[in-house]
This record gives sequence, structure tokens and C-alpha cells, in this order.
Amino acid sequence: MYNDNNAQTIVEYIKNFTRKNSLFMLAYGTGCGAIELPATLTSRYDAERLGVRGAATPRQADLLLITGYLSTKTLKRVIRVYEQMQDPKYVIGFGSCTINGGMYWDSYNTIKMLDKYIPVDVYINGCMPRPESVIAGFKELQRLISEGKADGATKYKENLDWYRENQKKVLKNWPLVEYNW
Amino acid sequence: MNTILFQLFGALATILLAFTVGMFYGGIRRKIIARIQNRVGPPIYQNFLDVIKLYSKETSIHHGAMQHMGPVFAITASITSLMFVPVLNGEGWFWFKNLNFSGDLIFLVYMMVFGSLGMALGAGQTGNPNSAIGVTRGLSQMVGYEIPFVMSMVALMAQFHTTSITGLMNIQVQENTWLMFSNPFAFIAAVLAMLGMFHYSPFDIVHAPAEVASGPVSEFGGKYLGLMMSSGSIFAFVKLTLFVNIFMGGAANLIELVIKTFALYLIPVLYGVTSPRYRTEQAITYFWKWPLFFGVIAILWASF
Ligand code: SF4
Repeated sequence: MYNDNNAQTIVEYIKNFTRKNSLFMLAYGTGCGAIELPATLTSRYDAERLGVRGAATPRQADLLLITGYLSTKTLKRVIRVYEQMQDPKYVIGFGSCTINGGMYWDSYNTIKMLDKYIPVDVYINGCMPRPESVIAGFKELQRLISEGKADGATKYKENLDWYRENQKKVLKNWPLVEYNW
Repeated sequence: MNTILFQLFGALATILLAFTVGMFYGGIRRKIIARIQNRVGPPIYQNFLDVIKLYSKETSIHHGAMQHMGPVFAITASITSLMFVPVLNGEGWFWFKNLNFSGDLIFLVYMMVFGSLGMALGAGQTGNPNSAIGVTRGLSQMVGYEIPFVMSMVALMAQFHTTSITGLMNIQVQENTWLMFSNPFAFIAAVLAMLGMFHYSPFDIVHAPAEVASGPVSEFGGKYLGLMMSSGSIFAFVKLTLFVNIFMGGAANLIELVIKTFALYLIPVLYGVTSPRYRTEQAITYFWKWPLFFGVIAILWASF
């Protein structure tokens, strides 16, 4: 009785409802787009009314926000931060730099496509995206979560070898331990 | 047998009540802060969503045994202190009978520190430097506010020759007065100490997210964070009910209790919203100035 499908669906529904309405966000703000986040979180646009609030450390966070370009040096930190976060976890790529390199498309030390290194659930387009589009991105993520489609973390676990290969291509001296799960 | 069963159910009901009230107060606080900053703010049940989500998260971090026990200590301490705070006046509603005995005020003063110590042990094990800084800050601040708090409690105990909370409540019922009028200085000292106990700004040096990455809890995610949030809400209810019991004549029913505790809760909330964060030494010296002064006056008032 407790394991039948309806009960599972109800539990999943409740879980997804709370997940989508309570997103603890860790903003990895090394790109220039990070300047739009204070505006998004404070009085004018007030993302807290959607349940989005800042988390102080990766351990507490559900949502990793990569605000723009990542140099290979910061990529190490991002991978580490991403792997420290607890399931279920989501990633938002913020600004065109995370999609195709943006204005750094020919730079020698930034990565071009974030999705090759960590799984991205939602992209927010723009250089830099305005707070409205950031909130639209949050809304899109909430829709994906409530439909159960924001499964970047499972993708990462299943295709770990592929991601690791890509990561090791740009990170010459590999900084992380090897996992064997 | 029956009495034990009733006590168990009573304890369960009290915990549920404390959890719900504490959570809603936290939500209302976030709403108040948002409105003061001219925002819409999250819905007042937001804290429930946060807690359910945190409990449903995976938690696979291991730093050592104490790390797993720290949050448990915290919630144990909150629930234990809750058990010694009478919720309602007199016989009360029979669900909320608690484990009172004649020295419980002294016991409670000790018990209320235990949670922070458990947290300190747990945070120490994680080895995160931010946790260590947060813990030292928290313990220093505790040295600050415990002194005026204990002084005001001692003043009351000396003035009314009782060390039991129910004793103090009965005195207020019999003399038909509130102790905040019988010994106003003790009330002032205790309320100023309460500002520090709540760890709201300007005394949020322990959990300052921008300075020490939320301090002791920086390595705790998922279920442990949920445990600590629940523990915090229960403990907020404990503190507020204790203050209402001691200084404001207790409450005859739940509605009165909610009104009184909420009025008291507005003091740290509103004081917090309008003040920026203190530095550590400012926070400690704050408690060693006026609150301490009022504590001394309260003891003098009690003995003359
Ligand atoms: S997308 Fe534009 S604003 Fe964002 S990091 Fe790249 S260059 Fe900066």
C-alpha cells in the first residue's frame, strides 16, 4: 500500500513542490554578470519572493549560478564546488559566455562551453542578462523541477567519464581526487 | 501507566506546537524584514518549505562522529529545555503538562547553553576555518549576554525566594501583577540579553554569511541544516515562552500565549532590521555596559 504508484507520485509531487519553491543559491560570481545579482536579490526585483535565497557555502546550496566566463583556473574551483554540493542540485549558466564563449570566444584561457564540464540545467541568455531575464531563468528552472526534468546531477553521475575527460583536457595538472563510484 | 502515556503525548504535542509557532515566527520575521526593505518578501510558510526540502535532500558528508552528533545535540538541548518551560498558566490545558520541579530555573539557565556547546563540538570536527571562527565568536558572545541574563534571573530568585518557574508564575497570578513591573530592571537586563540570544542582527556575528560563510553551520548541509533550523525554531519558542512566563504573567490559553510571545518577539526583530552588524568586540562590550548595569541594579532592587 505504501509503495504503490500513487503514494510515490504524491511524495514526489510534494518533494518537487518544496524543491522548486526553496532554492538556496550559490552565486559563483567571478564573471562580470555577477553585478546583476544584487539588483535581482534586493528591493527592486526581489527574488526572495520566489523562494530563491543566497546560501553561504556549497554544502547548503541547491543551485549553482555560474555568472559568465570561467578561466581554466576558476574552472577547478567550480568543479570542486559542484561536487561538494548535495543532491539534488542544479546549475544555471548565466550570460552568453557560458553558452558559446561570448566575447571571450577566442581567449586562450577561458572555457567556451560550460556544458562540456558540468551539466547545465538552464541557460540565461544575454551579455549581461538583466534581472528580468534572471528571474525568467529561475522560473524556467522551477518549471523543470516541478516536471522532474532538472536532472543535471544524474547526468553528471552517469557520464562522469566523459565530463572528466573534458575537464582534464583543459586542466593540465589535475587538482581533484579520483572517485570510484 | 496512564500518566506516563499522557506525559509522552503531552511532550509530543508541546514539541509540535513549539515547532509550528517557531517556524511561523521565522517566516513572519522574513516577511517583516522584506516589507521594511520595501520588498514583497517570501510567503510566511516559506520556512516550512525550506525545512521539508532540506530534510528531503541527500546528505553524504562525513567529517567524523562529532559532526553527525553536533546537530543532534542542538535539537536535544532545545527539546529538553522546552520540556522544562511550562507552556500555559496554572494547570493549563492538560496536553501541555511539563516536567517542572522546584529548581528548574537554575537548570534551564544551564540547559540553554548546552545546544551551543554541542554545535561548537560538531562544528569543530568539520575542520572548516569559518566554523572555528564562528564558534569562537559565538562562545565569546555567549559570555557577553549570559552575565546580564543570569543576573536578572538571580535577582528574581532572590526577590521572590523561589527557583521554580511555576513558583514565579503563581506569584504573578496571586498578586495580580507582572514581574516586569515588580522588578523592571531585571526585565530590561533580560530583554537586552535576549537580543544577543536570538543571534539576529546586530548580534549575528556568529552566522554572518558575508564574513564567515554562515559560521558553525558552514559545513552542514541537507538534513543537518534542517535539524538545526528546526532546533532554532523550537529554541526561539522556548526563549519567548520563558520570558512571557517569568515577566509577563504567563498565558491562560494559546491565543494569549501567541499574542504575548509575538509582542516580545518583535523587539529583537525590529531592533535587528534597523541595525547593521556589530564587530565581535563591539557586541561583547555592548552586553558588558548597559545590560550589566541594569543587572546590578536589579539585584540591588531585589535585596532592598
Ligand atoms: S556574458 Fe557578457 S557580461 Fe556575462 S561574463 Fe560574459 S562578457 Fe561578461
